[in-house]
Amino acid sequence: MQEEVKKTALYQTHVSLGAKLIPFAGYEMPVRYSSDIEEHKCVREKVGIFDVSHMGEFLINGPKAESLIQKVSSNDASKLTIGQAQYSCLPNEKGGIVDDLLVYKMADQAFMLVVNASNIEKDWNWISKHNEMGAEMKDLSDQTSLFAIQGPKAEDTLQALTETDLSEIPFYHFKLGELAGVQNVIISATGYTGAGGFELYVPNPEAKKVWEAVLEAGKAHGIQPIGLGARDTLRLEMGYCLYGNDIDDQTSPLEAGLGWITKFTKPFINHENLKAQKEKGVDKKLVGFILQEKGIPRAGYPIHNLEGNQIGSVTSGSLSPSMGIGIGLGYVATEYAKPGTRIGISVRKKVLEAKVEKLPLLKK
Amino acid sequence: MLKAVNFGLLTTLFMNFPKELKYTKDHEWVKIEGDIATIGITEFAQKELGDIVYVEVETLGEELESGEVFGTVEAVKTVSDLFMPLSGEVSELNEELEQAPELVNEDPYGEGWMIKIKINGELPGDLMDSEAYGELVGVS
Repeated sequence: MQEEVKKTALYQTHVSLGAKLIPFAGYEMPVRYSSDIEEHKCVREKVGIFDVSHMGEFLINGPKAESLIQKVSSNDASKLTIGQAQYSCLPNEKGGIVDDLLVYKMADQAFMLVVNASNIEKDWNWISKHNEMGAEMKDLSDQTSLFAIQGPKAEDTLQALTETDLSEIPFYHFKLGELAGVQNVIISATGYTGAGGFELYVPNPEAKKVWEAVLEAGKAHGIQPIGLGARDTLRLEMGYCLYGNDIDDQTSPLEAGLGWITKFTKPFINHENLKAQKEKGVDKKLVGFILQEKGIPRAGYPIHNLEGNQIGSVTSGSLSPSMGIGIGLGYVATEYAKPGTRIGISVRKKVLEAKVEKLPLLKK
Repeated sequence: MLKAVNFGLLTTLFMNFPKELKYTKDHEWVKIEGDIATIGITEFAQKELGDIVYVEVETLGEELESGEVFGTVEAVKTVSDLFMPLSGEVSELNEELEQAPELVNEDPYGEGWMIKIKINGELPGDLMDSEAYGELVGVS
């Protein structure tokens, strides 16, 4: 396998904006332009634009498209109407998760799957392997740019660039429209921040034009480019899972709190085992927690009960820029998963007190 | 103090590494005045770490060897150990950082200093001058 680091269409733009770039999931990506905390707050309070073009896009077409998607994904794609998207995951045969993804219903027999950059090849191989029904598959990942425009001023920013009435796009719905003079942009009311806003799918040759137009239109609202650092703290405040941290090939969607996208209304890969697991109950659960004292939890730190016995581990942790305290996600034995349960996070030589919290960790 | 160093194309341009200081490969600076050494992290280090939210030093009054950990610095995204650049007693810490850790980002060589050490014994031979340190982090 070639290990060359790829660049998004906006690479040079990020360099000239002074971004700190790091190799992430095989792409050279902006992790920070100015300050993680400042960028985070800009999204919560105003509006920010993220280049997340490293994400993968697959088109699944034809009369067999829906049955392939129904087979490989845990959510029920037959419930989608054209113009609607759903969060879903690809269960493996061993109880774990191949990837989490978005499923877009583009037309009657056409779907777009949006997958994690680090899993593009794995997902493609997995779905292909299960495509014995013969749906048409096309990988558009290298031709498609994806920008997330997130925050309370995202709609005002984008509305100035399009005739499409954005207020008419409900959450987890999308429209194809002209935006910044570019036709057939997928304008999707989705995101990974909990701050509201849109995600735009744009062909690579038009990417720079759209990016620059959004930055210009957002000036009056205080828009800033936002790096992957703030993207991670924003999603963590909401308790959204990050593949590779909180979910992976070993974790069950039911353990990860993804029961709401695991629909036993139809058969899918490993549904029998997952159904049995649901009926029996899981041994561990992914929970959100907030530190009750100064400190920052990090992935891999042990979680203890009050007696000092290890009951799990942290899978994601950070300072919450909005709350100014340490927050995290981690797996704990099910008996400790109830909101309000007091737990300890082992931070180097100390055990810091934390409390299991209902998600999202950041309350509105 | 930084295990993996990434060189963004422009990250080290226009960075300031004052001539009167000594530097370590762990991206700390040392200012020696008589038998007292003041320690902090470099502009390069604060930039790599990003927003610094805690500086934790619990070794005040301890006698430590060169290379031993005297504390940790927590940024939003990462945590790093802080190493003694020379042997001695941790004689003072910058208490301002308790309330204002961002001073390390804003003024790494001034108000963002971290500890003072009462020097014990010889200075290590691997302390660098500003030119050698600049080369290490990619400023030619």
